[in-house]
Amino acid sequence: MNDKAPAPAAPAAGGTRASAKKELPDHLKSYKHVWVLVELERGVVHPVSWELMGEGRKLADQLKVDLCGVVLGPPGGTEKAVADCFGYGADVCYVVEHEALSEYRNEPYTVVATELVNKFQPEILLLGATNLGRDLAGSVATTLLTGLTADCTELAVDADGSLAATRPTFGGSLLCTIYTLNYRPQMATMRPRVAAVPVYVPGRTGKIIRHEVSLPEEDIITKILAFLPDATSNKSNLSYADVVVAGGLGMQNGDNFQLVRNLASVLGAEWGGSRPLVQKGWITSDRQIGQTGKTIRPRLYISAGISGAIQHRVGVEGADLIVAINTDKNAPIFDFAHVGIIADATKVLPALTESFRRRLAAASTLSAAE
Amino acid sequence: MHIIVCIKQVPDSAQIRVHPVTNTIMRQGVPTIINPYDLFALEEALRLRDEHGGEVTCVTMGPPMADNALRKCLTYGADRAVLLTDRFFAGSDTLATSYALALLIKKVAENWGEPDLIFCGKQTIDGDTAQVGPGIAKRLKLLQLTYVAKIEEFDLEKREITIHRRAEGGIQVLKTKLPCLVTMLEGTNEMRRGTMGDALRAARSEIITWNAAAAGITELALCGLKGSPTIVKKVYAPSPRAEKAYQIEVEDKSVDQICEALIGEVTKRQPGLEKDLVKTSSDY
Ligand SMILES: Cc1cc2nc3c(=O)[nH]c(=O)nc-3n(C[C@H](O)[C@H](O)[C@H](O)COP(=O)(O)OP(=O)(O)OC[C@H]3O[C@@H](n4cnc5c(N)ncnc54)[C@H](O)[C@@H]3O)c2cc1C
Ligand SMILES: Cc1cc2nc3c(=O)[nH]c(=O)nc-3n(C[C@H](O)[C@H](O)[C@H](O)COP(=O)(O)OP(=O)(O)OC[C@H]3O[C@@H](n4cnc5c(N)ncnc54)[C@H](O)[C@@H]3O)c2cc1C
Repeated sequence: MNDKAPAPAAPAAGGTRASAKKELPDHLKSYKHVWVLVELERGVVHPVSWELMGEGRKLADQLKVDLCGVVLGPPGGTEKAVADCFGYGADVCYVVEHEALSEYRNEPYTVVATELVNKFQPEILLLGATNLGRDLAGSVATTLLTGLTADCTELAVDADGSLAATRPTFGGSLLCTIYTLNYRPQMATMRPRVAAVPVYVPGRTGKIIRHEVSLPEEDIITKILAFLPDATSNKSNLSYADVVVAGGLGMQNGDNFQLVRNLASVLGAEWGGSRPLVQKGWITSDRQIGQTGKTIRPRLYISAGISGAIQHRVGVEGADLIVAINTDKNAPIFDFAHVGIIADATKVLPALTESFRRRLAAASTLSAAE
Repeated sequence: MHIIVCIKQVPDSAQIRVHPVTNTIMRQGVPTIINPYDLFALEEALRLRDEHGGEVTCVTMGPPMADNALRKCLTYGADRAVLLTDRFFAGSDTLATSYALALLIKKVAENWGEPDLIFCGKQTIDGDTAQVGPGIAKRLKLLQLTYVAKIEEFDLEKREITIHRRAEGGIQVLKTKLPCLVTMLEGTNEMRRGTMGDALRAARSEIITWNAAAAGITELALCGLKGSPTIVKKVYAPSPRAEKAYQIEVEDKSVDQICEALIGEVTKRQPGLEKDLVKTSSDY
C-alpha cells in the first residue's frame, strides 16, 4: 500500500476495506472453475504446481466445480505434464503447444494465459510464488485488471464462494486474509512448500482441451540467448529435502558452522541457517531458511543455536518433526519444536554426528546382511 | 539517456512491533528507510549513467514525508527526484499503485524525456508482492526483465540490452529492446557512498512534488482504495501451538547419552525415517 494511509493490512484501515460488499458485475458471473497454471520448464514441472493442484482440488470440491490444469509448452512436450495433472487431481487440462512456449518468456506466456482466461473464464487462477509465477501473474492480473494476492500460505473458500487468500505480513508476525470480491478471476500466488503434494493416482484421466495460438517469433521481442544451469554441486535443495540441519548465531562463529554441515553430511541431509548467518557471510543466501528465505517441509528438522524468531518459524513450521538444540530454556524455538535439548550445540552436534554415524553404519550392515 | 528508478519508502522492519493485545502494527516512531531492494536498482542506474551519460530520475508515490527517501537518493547521486502524493492514493493495492506510477512516469517523460530504462527493486520489504514492477511494465506496454542478476550488455545505439535473469535451476540470458523495465535482484552490486558534492546538492535541491492533478491523473476511481480490486478482510496473529517441546533429560547425563536419547525419540516419532536415511546418507 502506499504509505499515504495505513496499509490495508493494517487493522486501522480494515474498517473501510473489510466492509466492502460483494457486488459481482453480471458479465463476470459466468466465470467458473479453478485453474492451476502448471510451471513446465525444460521438461520438468515445478513441484509447487502439484502442491497447488492439491489445494485447488479442495477449493473446487467445495465450490462443486472442475479443477483445471493449464499446461503451456513446446510441440510434443506437454504429454507427461498433462498426464500428471490428472494424476494429481485435475478434471480438465487446457493445453497450448507452440515453439514460442518452449522456454518461459513473459511476452508469449502473458498473451496465451490472458487469451485462455478471456476465452474459458475461470473464477480462480492460481500460480506458484516462484520467479516464473510472480513474473507472469503480475502481467496477467494487470492485463485483466483483476486482483492478485501474493505469496499466500493458505487458500480457502468462504461461505459465499469467494476465495480467501491468506498471507503472512510483517515478517510473519501477523496473517492477513485478502479477497477479490468484484473482479474475476480471483488470482493468487502460493509459496512453494506450504502445502503438501497430493497423493498421485496413476492412470487417472480427464478431459483435454487443446487451444491453438498464433505467436510468430518475429513478433516476440525478447530472445533467449542461453540457459546457464546452476552447478549441481553447490545448489541447495532445501525446500524439498527430507532432512534439514540448520544453525544460527548460537553456533558462535563461521568455523563452528562446519559442525552443522558434518551432521547433514552423515544424514544425507541439506543444511541451512538463520538470516544473520547470511549477513555475516557464514552461509550464502540460498541457504537461508524463513520468511525471506526458503520454506522447508522436511520429515526431520534439526536446529542448532537458533532462537526461533517468528520470521524463522514461518519457514519451518511445516516440518513433521522439529528438534531444537539451544542453551536458553526460554528460547521461543521451544514453543514450536517437538523435541528440545537445552545444551551447548557446539558440543551436542559432534556427538550427535558420531552417534548417527555409528547407528546408520550398523543399520546398513544389518540391511546388507538380510 | 534517461533512466527512471522507482523507489518506495518503507518502515524499517527490524524495528516494527506488533501490539500484543490489539494486533495492530505499532508504526509510531518506527524509522523509515529506502526499500533495501531498491538500492540495487538505483546503483545499477547510476552505474549505467556514469558509463553512458544522461540522467537518473527517482520517483515514488507515498506520503509527503517520503521526500526523505528521495532526498537520500539525491545524496547517492540521482539527478532529480519526484514525489507523487495525494490522499486519493491512500489504500492502493498493486493494481492501483501501478496505475498511478505509470501515469507519473508518463508525466516525468513529458517533462524530462522518454526513459530508456525503468528500474524497480525485486520487491519491497513491507507489501512484499513483487507485483508493481510487472504492473508498471504492462500499463506502459513495455517489455519487462525481472529478477535480473547482471546487466551483461547495454547498447544505447542499437537500443538493446542483454541480461542474466535468475530462473529455476539456472540463469536465463535474455536480450531485448529498449525501452524496457528491469527489476534488480539483491546482492548484484554495492551502493556507492555518494560524493560530498552530491550531498550538498541534495541538501539544496527541491524535491519535485506533485499531487494527482499535477501529474495529470484525473480518473480518480482507478486510484487508491476505489481502484483496488483486492480487499483486506482480516488481520490476525498466528495461533500458538498448544504444547511446548518435549525436553530430553540433560541433568547428570553425558553428551553421548543425550544423543542416544535424542535418536531414540526421533526414531520413535518418525518410524520409517532411519531406514530411508541408510539409503541417502553417504558418509559413515
Ligand atoms: C502486509 C501487506 C500485504 C499486501 N498484500 C497485497 C497483495 O497480496 N496484493 C496486492 O495487490 N496488494 C497488496 N498489498 C498492497 C501493496 O503493498 C501496495 O499496493 C504497495 O503500494 C505496493 O506493493 P508492494 O509494496 O508489494 O511493492 P512490490 O511490488 O513488492 O515492489 C516492487 C518494486 O516496485 C517499486 N514500487 C513499489 N511501490 C512503489 C511506490 N509506492 N512508489 C515507487 N515505487 C514503488 C519499487 O521499485 C519496488 O522495489 C499489501 C500491503 C501490505 C502492507
Ligand atoms: C523482515 C525480516 C525478515 C526476516 N527473515 C528471516 C528469515 O527468513 N530467516 C531467519 O532466520 N531470520 C529472519 N529474520 C531475522 C529474525 O528476526 C531473527 O533475527 C533471526 O532469525 C535470529 O537468528 P538466530 O536465531 O540465529 O540468532 P539469535 O536470535 O541471536 O539466537 C541465537 C540463539 O542461540 C542460542 N545459543 C547461544 N549459544 C548457544 C550454544 N552454544 N548452543 C546452543 N544454543 C546457543 C541462544 O540462546 C539464542 O536463542 C528476519 C527479520 C526481519 C525483520
